[in-house]
Amino acid sequence: MRPQPKEQETLFVSPQPLVEIRDVNFAYGSRAILKGINMTFHKGKVIAIMGGSGCGKTTLFRLIAGALKPTKGEIKIDGQVMHKLNQRELYAMRRKMGVLFQFGALFTDMTVFDNVAFQMREHTDLPEEMIHDLVMMKLQTVGLRGTHALMPSELSGGMARRVALARTIALDPMLILYDEPFTGLDPISLTVVGDSIRRLNSALGATSVVVTHDVQESMKLVDYIYFIADGVIAAEGTPEQMQASDMPFVHQFVHGERDGPVPFHYPSGSYMQDLGVSV
Amino acid sequence: MLIPVLKSIRNIGHQVIDAIWRIGYATHFLALVLLNSGSSFRRFRMTVKELYFTGVMSLIIILVAGLFVGVVLGLQGYEILKRYGSESALGTLVALSLLRELGPVLAALLFAGRAGSAMTAEIGLMKASEQLAAMDMMAVSPIARVVAPRFWAGVISMPILATIFSVMGVFGGYLVGVVYIGVDEGSFWSQMQGSVEFQHDVLNGVLKSFVFGVAVTVISVFEGFDAPPTAEGVSRATTRTVVQSSLVILLLDVVLTAFMFRGN
Repeated sequence: MRPQPKEQETLFVSPQPLVEIRDVNFAYGSRAILKGINMTFHKGKVIAIMGGSGCGKTTLFRLIAGALKPTKGEIKIDGQVMHKLNQRELYAMRRKMGVLFQFGALFTDMTVFDNVAFQMREHTDLPEEMIHDLVMMKLQTVGLRGTHALMPSELSGGMARRVALARTIALDPMLILYDEPFTGLDPISLTVVGDSIRRLNSALGATSVVVTHDVQESMKLVDYIYFIADGVIAAEGTPEQMQASDMPFVHQFVHGERDGPVPFHYPSGSYMQDLGVSV
Repeated sequence: MLIPVLKSIRNIGHQVIDAIWRIGYATHFLALVLLNSGSSFRRFRMTVKELYFTGVMSLIIILVAGLFVGVVLGLQGYEILKRYGSESALGTLVALSLLRELGPVLAALLFAGRAGSAMTAEIGLMKASEQLAAMDMMAVSPIARVVAPRFWAGVISMPILATIFSVMGVFGGYLVGVVYIGVDEGSFWSQMQGSVEFQHDVLNGVLKSFVFGVAVTVISVFEGFDAPPTAEGVSRATTRTVVQSSLVILLLDVVLTAFMFRGN
């Protein structure tokens, strides 16, 4: 049974925002990707950033992680402006963040155990016995303690994603970023990963940002949704508000309609002309 | 007529600018690798692990190639020296050819093909599968954790491999010259001992292989780190590593030989 978001909100929601995105613009050369984005993520919340392919959500994800610098505006995490941090300060901030990549990005030359232990060994002076216990606890959290001796190549896609999730939470981050966590998963893995995201956010008292286009799964676990289209926020609200929205874009996206504000056809010339038929 | 010519000139100009920019980028990358090398020595186990993959795993090809080159040198050298009645100088010919030239150059070419291409492919695939990005997001520098240990492993293992190559080559020359053809064993070794100078021949050969090691390893790790994160990108980067390394080895050999053995 999945935990109910509303019950958890009361435990961990803080009036102090953890992430503030203010008037963020980003462009690759002259091609504008994001235009005037404003968002606020409060502590203890699970937020979804949704939109079609190429809408700019992955760019926003990379901006929040500090991998890109906005051309205008700023992103504040825990009171610090990300693009003003030097390398050392950025790494200090990232130690407080966890990032789950689309396909896990597990280190293929390490066992599951070593993958989860990686950050503990890199950033702490903990004795190996304690690291062992912590890794086992993290793997137990995602239900994969029995895989600790396996190599990533021996895991299924869903298992690899869960191990990556255990690695992401290795140092109990305050902010967890998920890049398309549901892509390519079977229904059981989908439920397990979705459930883990919600449960871990509550257990750690963290804030989670899920960048996804999986509407149905996200609606079940997030507290708030931002829809991005053409580089701007097209709509925002709670899952209930989005479900009930009559905005054409949101309606098309939520209900997976073939045509609408996002057209089925890529802009092109005359179909007849391309077929060589004169009219 | 004029427009295609102008286009060609412009293309050449673009390619020259790109090449210069790339050399600058690679130099900047090398500086970053050197600056981030501290952990490669503080946690030397990481470098030892890479030494195993680049050095120890290249041993078989170096041993076999060194032996074969020595055998061929022995056969060819004997045929030529016999014309002048100097068969006893076979040991000198084999040793000097290997220590000064063939050992460092051939070992470096083999190293580029075996270990260099593997380094490029491994780093390129780590980039394509977002492992490097994941490491960076975990506040661990991929240059310090992934690139620097491989760089130092390559730099350390190259002179050792070249020396092993030369030793195996001399052994191959001995097998053919002394055991197979019947050149006098005493003169084979004594002439070699008398003509090979430690500093001039042995150390210069080691220095050459060290320079080749730096060049091949920088090219290998840079191409992997800079590879487009696609299957085609990694494939092209691996090819570039082998081609560029081979050309750079031969070019550096010309320069180093001109400085080291000029008029001697």
